[in-house]
Amino acid sequence: MNLFIDSLSFFLQTAVQMGTHILLATLGGILCEKVGNLNLGIEGMMLLGASVGFSAALSTANPLIAILAAGAAGAAGALIYSVITVTLRGNQVVTGLVLTIFGAGVSGFLGNSLSGRSLPEAVTRAFAPVSIPVLRDIPILGKMFFEQSLYVHLALVVAVLMYVYFEHTHAGLNVRAVGENPAAADASGINVSAYKYAHITFGGFLCGIGGAYLSLVFVPRWQENITAGAGWIAVALVIFSTWNPLKAILASYAFGALKGIGFKFQNIDFSLFGNKIVFSPQILDMIPYLATVVVLVFITMRKKKENQSPKGLGVAYFREER
Amino acid sequence: MIRIVSRAETSPLRGNILRIGAVFCAFAASAVIMLFIGYNPIEVFGKIIEGSLKSAYRFQETVNKAIPLVVLSLGIAIAFKMKFWNIGAEGQFYLGAFGASLAAFSFPSLPAILLLPLMFVSAFFFGGMWALVPALLKARFSASETLVTLMLNYIALKWISYLQYGPWKDPAAKGFPKIAPFGKNAILPDLFGIHIGWLIALILVVLMYILMKKTKLGYEIDVLGESEATARYAGMSVTRITVVAILISGGLCGIAGMMQASAIEHSLSDQLSGGLGFTAVITTWLARLSPPVIVIASFLFSMLLQGGNFLQSALKIPSSVAGILQGIIIFFVLGSEFFVRYRFVYSREAGK
Repeated sequence: MNLFIDSLSFFLQTAVQMGTHILLATLGGILCEKVGNLNLGIEGMMLLGASVGFSAALSTANPLIAILAAGAAGAAGALIYSVITVTLRGNQVVTGLVLTIFGAGVSGFLGNSLSGRSLPEAVTRAFAPVSIPVLRDIPILGKMFFEQSLYVHLALVVAVLMYVYFEHTHAGLNVRAVGENPAAADASGINVSAYKYAHITFGGFLCGIGGAYLSLVFVPRWQENITAGAGWIAVALVIFSTWNPLKAILASYAFGALKGIGFKFQNIDFSLFGNKIVFSPQILDMIPYLATVVVLVFITMRKKKENQSPKGLGVAYFREER
Repeated sequence: MIRIVSRAETSPLRGNILRIGAVFCAFAASAVIMLFIGYNPIEVFGKIIEGSLKSAYRFQETVNKAIPLVVLSLGIAIAFKMKFWNIGAEGQFYLGAFGASLAAFSFPSLPAILLLPLMFVSAFFFGGMWALVPALLKARFSASETLVTLMLNYIALKWISYLQYGPWKDPAAKGFPKIAPFGKNAILPDLFGIHIGWLIALILVVLMYILMKKTKLGYEIDVLGESEATARYAGMSVTRITVVAILISGGLCGIAGMMQASAIEHSLSDQLSGGLGFTAVITTWLARLSPPVIVIASFLFSMLLQGGNFLQSALKIPSSVAGILQGIIIFFVLGSEFFVRYRFVYSREAGK
């Protein structure tokens, strides 16, 4: 029994580690979609953050500067996206896809001189797991939350703050108005463009530091295309969590757990009721996307108000045409 | 006070001048960036052109890259025309390639003259069916097709990976996760040194042009795209038009997958597309859904891809520079659309 609890708590610890970059990116995506913009450039912004963050860590050996640089790189990508989709009313889907190509290009270019190098000691030390006495001994959940890198806690704090922001602040209410009905928001005196710019850009910041979690903490090295599609999972989880930051925590960790299972059990054959079952990590990888399709159908079927996608999602707002 | 007003009528000439102007601005901006990071922009652009056009081999490679883009873009264009935002071309491509492989592996001894058409039909069927899923979910539950098609891409991709690592893994590949190569009879023949897909793609361009401009279905798709209410009022069957158009859309993407598997890879793999389905969304949009322009946009894009690969060997510049260039160029073109669609009005009085 003890062995079971130990391995379960280790498994949950791994799940959180494998879900943290996805959580940050999902939160970034939520912020962007809440103001009505569908940004398919999350993968690109993560790659920008991962490469710029890593190279900043190498040249400054300062963990704080590394995170800020990663966030700034993601925010810069998001800013390009905002100029095109908010001010110039360009097509959001195409702009997002191009941002992904652009981000991958820049990270590939920067990464050329980064591969094979390891992080300065000051950075690895700052991001090493912090073991909190007493709390880490809580059964099962102890290791999951109290023997982790500060980066993990950062992601959790952002998620909770974002929830409070949406639910309990005046500005958060305005965000909802902008995403649901920009014309009405505009008429009531909310500066729609300013809200969009601010939230999309900060969303990009979060995607950037999400990407940097991989290069600075999880891997921690530079690899070409280090995100390996995590940005697209984040796009899925934004919907899966029905634009709710707290549900995003669960969704991201659940996905991290799935990844963990995939790694552990690949190529192991099970036998269930006499039938041989080959365990396939590829089929597990399908789950977040399948689940997202199911959720999409489900939320439109149930028509529960708080779970709906922002009404203005994907549509450019133009005051003169309202 | 400056106000922004949408243009009632845009002359095509003015639009094109603006777009070409945007591309020039993009080149200027990329040149500045290249100077900044220490490369000679003229040399880089020269090498891209050299690397994509200068020898017969390089030209063939460029065309090889353009073929799937053209066919995918045609498929996407018909859906976009209907305002059905199908960004699932990547998944439909893989399902098409899967359908083709299924035919190739099920009837390995069929002569090419029968097997290849069968592969086309199977690819069209699987690609079309995969596109029909989001269409039905949209019709029945009004689930956003943009998001559903996006998710289905990854489900399709993981399905191919599953086959590659599992049931279809080639035992002869010495443990490598690879699917067995097709037989000779399942491989598209060459015509003038390039696989015959280029001819098929051009024929499809003509057919789609006729379909969109000259047939009743094309007209109905156009009307439906403009307004569903109008289409209903005119007595059109919205369901029938949607189903047919989406089948064609997904089917064409499937054919692109079949040709890539048969002529380029000689097998199926989860690396077959490498994002072509997403790139095609961009080329379709750049071509403003027009089949002839799709050919030009796809070819130019392929030049950038092929030229980018050449940069690596010629100037030791990472090929990812091509991605940066693509990004900058399209960012500018995306931005320029604003000036095509809207105009500025200067008025004296303040306020609205």
